[in-house]
Amino acid sequence: MEQVELANKNDIVMDIVNVTLRFGGVKALSHVSFNIKRGEIRAIIGPNGAGKSSMLNVINGFYTPQEGEIWFEGKRRPRLKPHQIAYQRIARTFQNIALFEGMTVLDNMMTGRMIYMKSGLLSQLAWWGKAEREETENRLVVEKIIDFLEIQAIRKTPVGVLPYGLQKRVELGRALAAEPLLLLLDEPMAGMNNEEKEDMCRFILDVNEELGTTIALIEHDMGVVMDLADRVVVIDHGEKIADGQPDEVRNDQNVIDAYLGVSH
Amino acid sequence: MQTLLFALEVSINGFMTGILYALVALGFVLIFKASGVFNYAQGVMVLFAALTLVGLQQGIVPFEHLINNLLGTSIHGFGWNMPTLLALLLTLLSMLLLAWLVERLILKHLVNQNPVILFMATIGLAYFLEGFGDLMWGADVKKLDIGIPVGISDTVEQATHEWFGYGFFIDRLDITASIVAALLVIGLTIFSQFSKTGRALRAVADDHQAALSVGISLRRIWVIVWSIAGLVALIAGIFWGTKSGVQFSLSLVALKALPVLMLGGLTSIPGAIVGGLLIGVGEKLFDFMIGSMIGGATENWFAYVVALVFLLFRPQGLFGEKIIERV
Ligand SMILES: Nc1ncnc2c1ncn2[C@@H]1O[C@H](COP(=O)(O)OP(=O)(O)OP(=O)(O)O)[C@@H](O)[C@H]1O
Ligand SMILES: [Mg+2]
Repeated sequence: MEQVELANKNDIVMDIVNVTLRFGGVKALSHVSFNIKRGEIRAIIGPNGAGKSSMLNVINGFYTPQEGEIWFEGKRRPRLKPHQIAYQRIARTFQNIALFEGMTVLDNMMTGRMIYMKSGLLSQLAWWGKAEREETENRLVVEKIIDFLEIQAIRKTPVGVLPYGLQKRVELGRALAAEPLLLLLDEPMAGMNNEEKEDMCRFILDVNEELGTTIALIEHDMGVVMDLADRVVVIDHGEKIADGQPDEVRNDQNVIDAYLGVSH
Repeated sequence: MQTLLFALEVSINGFMTGILYALVALGFVLIFKASGVFNYAQGVMVLFAALTLVGLQQGIVPFEHLINNLLGTSIHGFGWNMPTLLALLLTLLSMLLLAWLVERLILKHLVNQNPVILFMATIGLAYFLEGFGDLMWGADVKKLDIGIPVGISDTVEQATHEWFGYGFFIDRLDITASIVAALLVIGLTIFSQFSKTGRALRAVADDHQAALSVGISLRRIWVIVWSIAGLVALIAGIFWGTKSGVQFSLSLVALKALPVLMLGGLTSIPGAIVGGLLIGVGEKLFDFMIGSMIGGATENWFAYVVALVFLLFRPQGLFGEKIIERV
């Protein structure tokens, strides 16, 4: 039992190989390679404009790199559209919250189940058979996540009126609803007060430990990264400058220079 | 008392017209919310749907004139009438096909373009559809009759006569139109609130990136909203066409939808409905009370003036979201 778990732990969920992404003349990423292991929390850090968000956008298909390969679950991924990548169970949150503002918390989270709902348009129109069954089944999953994130009280609230911290939590919930094989979080703690940050930290750890979800997250706050991450990759000016355990990375001269703004 | 009752009768008639305005405005709003495209062709879609319905029903051979001119033949219809239900079904299918083609041939290639470019594309679409409809079914005015009762309703006249001592003249066509439009709106609301696809529609209206990230295909959603807009156009086309004949002026209904949109807000479905009703009732009442004093025919401009005044005070419309510039 123990053995199997260990073997799984070393299993690689995603391998990013030599990825280069350009926007016209700007090189947002150049020859970046790193991997993400099953069950770990992998942090991506770096100064402003380093290319961190661009990396997540490449992983979930918003950006298509000019060079490089992405291997997911042991297979080389062909060029796919973002909505197709969602079907591979890669879910994400955004640096600036991207919720469906007009919809309730419950409805927002139900959209996270979209990839599991297969009923045809006609069945939905008649609200009969498959469509109805599907709705009930998926609703159960969502309710569990709502309990997990302790947001029962706001289930029916339109997300637009919620405070920032709660919106971030709902966004996490929508991503979790997809039961992702890989969860991407772009600065989940940005803009929060200390209490909200602590809550979010706890939820991320719980998701990782209790649900066993593999997580790649971007974070600015070094302290938070040290607490959360199993391994850290550091990007600066689109290039990977360090990769390793949190304390290794923290003491790396390149990383210290990058954060202090030493010019290259 | 008599004047009051008369005003009430006028209002009811305005209400019925307003429902049709609301329907056309609804078509605009649906597409605008889902794709940010202001669909100039919505009015022409009403005309095209009605034309196709009449053409099929009366057994007109598509492109009859063109064929006759090119081949020197003298074809004049198939010589039969298609059963109304079948004609309706085929027309609906054509509107769905149109939606699919619009996505394939236009939207797909213009995603992420400036909204003005998309707007221009729909202007192109409008003129194309107008010409294509004429070419296919002929440009003459056609009478549309699919068996909806028309003429003053005796029941209403007698009932109101008993209650108020004054019989209201209400057209049976208007009554049917109101009921159908109301059912359509209720149906659409239920669909968008309670079905998976409806939820996806609302999601896309709120945030494209987030919608993609949960696995919603924008292109599929666009086909669906254009299909719904096509269905709405068909229904508006049936009632308007029955009322005033199927001819070019049908597409001008859309011009009445513009002030409705200014009043109701481009992104609000309740706004489209309330706006449509307000304009419908407003223009009839205004013409009834003030029209004769200032020489009549106020119906042509009343809606626009109201919309303009409204724009000055509430540019986002009755229910539209407040536009706050991000700085
Ligand atoms: N869609 C885009 N078009 C053009 N340039 C872009 C685009 N997205 C990112 N960039 C550029 O790529 C570089 C990396 O940006 P990115 O958003 O990935 O940085 P980041 O590390 O996430 O920064 P931050 O910490 O500020 O979020 C920047 O120079 C940015 O201007
Ligand atoms: Mg970023």
